[in-house]
Order: sequence, then C-alpha cells, then structure tokens
Amino acid sequence: MEIPNINYIDELAGNDEPFKNKFIEILKMEFPVEKLEYLDNINNKRTEEGSQNVHKLKHKFNILGLQESYKLAVIFEEELRLGNDRLKNEFVKVLDKIEEFLKTI
Amino acid sequence: MNCIIIDDEATARAVVSQLCSKIPELDVIQEFDNAIEAIKFLNHQNIDIIFLDIHMPGFSGIDLVQTLKNPPKIVLTTSDTDFAIASYEYESIVDYLLKPITFDRFEKCIEKVKKELSKKTNTSQSTDQNIDVNEDLYINIDRRLIKLKYNDILVVEAQGDYIEVKTQQKNFRVHTTLKNIKDKLPDNIFLHIHRSYIINFTKIIDIEDNSVLIDKNVIPISRSNRPELMRRLNLL
Repeated sequence: MEIPNINYIDELAGNDEPFKNKFIEILKMEFPVEKLEYLDNINNKRTEEGSQNVHKLKHKFNILGLQESYKLAVIFEEELRLGNDRLKNEFVKVLDKIEEFLKTI
Repeated sequence: MNCIIIDDEATARAVVSQLCSKIPELDVIQEFDNAIEAIKFLNHQNIDIIFLDIHMPGFSGIDLVQTLKNPPKIVLTTSDTDFAIASYEYESIVDYLLKPITFDRFEKCIEKVKKELSKKTNTSQSTDQNIDVNEDLYINIDRRLIKLKYNDILVVEAQGDYIEVKTQQKNFRVHTTLKNIKDKLPDNIFLHIHRSYIINFTKIIDIEDNSVLIDKNVIPISRSNRPELMRRLNLL
C-alpha cells in the first residue's frame, strides 16, 4: 500500500513554516471528524451520505500524495451513490493509514 | 483584485488562501464554508473573483452561480472534471482548478481572470462611445430585421442552406450562405478558419492543436486556414 507524504504541503508552503504548521493542524482536526461521519453513515447503510463523505475524504488522499487510493475513492464514491459498499474494507484501510500518519507529523 | 473563497472543507480553503497569498494583486476578503453565507455577503459587497467549490452539501456551487444576478468572475475548485466542463455554460465561470491545485496552474488561472476582467472593462468603455452604423449588422429573422453588433458576434456556422450566428446571449438561424455574411463582416475582426466556420478573432479564449475555444464553443481549424490564424496572433 502507498505511504502518505507531505510533499504537496511542502510545495504549497515553500518557506512559510507557520502556514505549514497551521495547515497540518487543520488536517489533523478535519480528518478524524470526516472519518467518524463516514463510518457512522457506512455502518448504518446510509450509502448516499457515505458517498458524500468519500468525496471529501478523497481530497485528503490527494493532498497526502495517495494517488492510487484516490483512484479507489473515485470508484467507491460512485458505487456508494448506487448503493454498493463492496469497497468499504479496502477504503477503511486507507483511512486507518492516514490516521496513523497524522500522528507522526 | 478582491476575492472570496467558498468551500465546505477547511483544508481546501487553506490551500486556495495560501495560493492567493503568493499573488500580490490578490486580496482574500473573506472565506466561507457554505454558499448561503457567501450570498448574504455578496448582496452588499462587490468583489472581483470567487473561488468556488462545486460540491457542497445543501446548496451547491452551481446553485450559487444560478442565484447571483450580477456574478463576479468565478473560478471553480473541484475534483469533478466533467462537472466543471459542463459548467462552462455560465458566462461568469472563467476557469476551473482541479484539486490538488498547483501554483503553476493557479498562476495561469489568475492570468485568465485578469484578461476577462480587462475585457469587461473594455466592453463597458466601448458601449459608452457613440454607435457607428458600420459596427452593426442587420439579420432577417421571420421578417424582422434584428441588429447585431459585430462585437457581440462570436461565431458564424454554416448549416446547409442556413447559417447560425452565435452571440453570448442567443443564437440566430438565418437563411443565407457563409460567403454572404463573410462579405459583410470586417476582416480585421472576423476570420474564416474552417469551411463551416467564421470566428470573431477578438473572442478567442485559447487555441489548442486544431481547435479554438470561443466562449463555450470549440471550433475546428482547417489546415489551409491555420497559417492565417497563426499570422494574426500576437505570439510571445
């Protein structure tokens, strides 16, 4: 599985260290909330709402350089919209990986 | 240039805000996490650019575009390419940025917005001037003679025994030939770039391979007409 990185954040920040720290702080605050909301919707079979959560979460995949996971999220988002949650186990692995990674930065 | 950022994700707003901070002329006036609050703000504040996320719960970016009576220039920020391209039907939408947005792409977008804003200024200046009869063309539609300003005509397309005159507001189907209208249009503004198309040269947004983009119309360039088009370009 791909490993998250902060290359994009570094590029965006340049030498702006305060921005970088603030951005990571926002990411650390926003991600767990979105993950929880997603899990709640998926566990309660609210696939349409889950699809919207995936839409948001996939932007974080991009920001953390997870291109393959992003592709997975694109498919999953569409399938959830149609009521199919077959990719949920694969998707949650990506979320767990990001959660672990955010603890290290 | 004053701008606002509308996106329900804090990280996405932070990205756009940071990119704006790298362009000295750009001033982020406010950020919004929903479209409704932004509309309230826009009702009493004039701004130049909106960076707008399409996909927001409840009231989407497109809902917002449809709601505003006199929208400023809008740049969509999205991950849905198809949706973004479809939204080009709105005149106020100048560009779309795919997430994650890079600085290079952002810079190009701002250049595009600047051009659009200067066009707007030029257009309003020219409407203040006295109207010269030589700047108009009358077309016959159902026994009515309708006046079109040259500057309003974007593209003329041949369609069998008819031509379609496309303007920003409306398209007009006229029973005549492309050759007839070509003779009436000034050469310095209009260019015959394909056997079925005459374009308003001043309205070109971009040129890619064998086509030009004018408003939302992608017009093919024929091989034989391409040299004349290239000759007229003020190439850097």
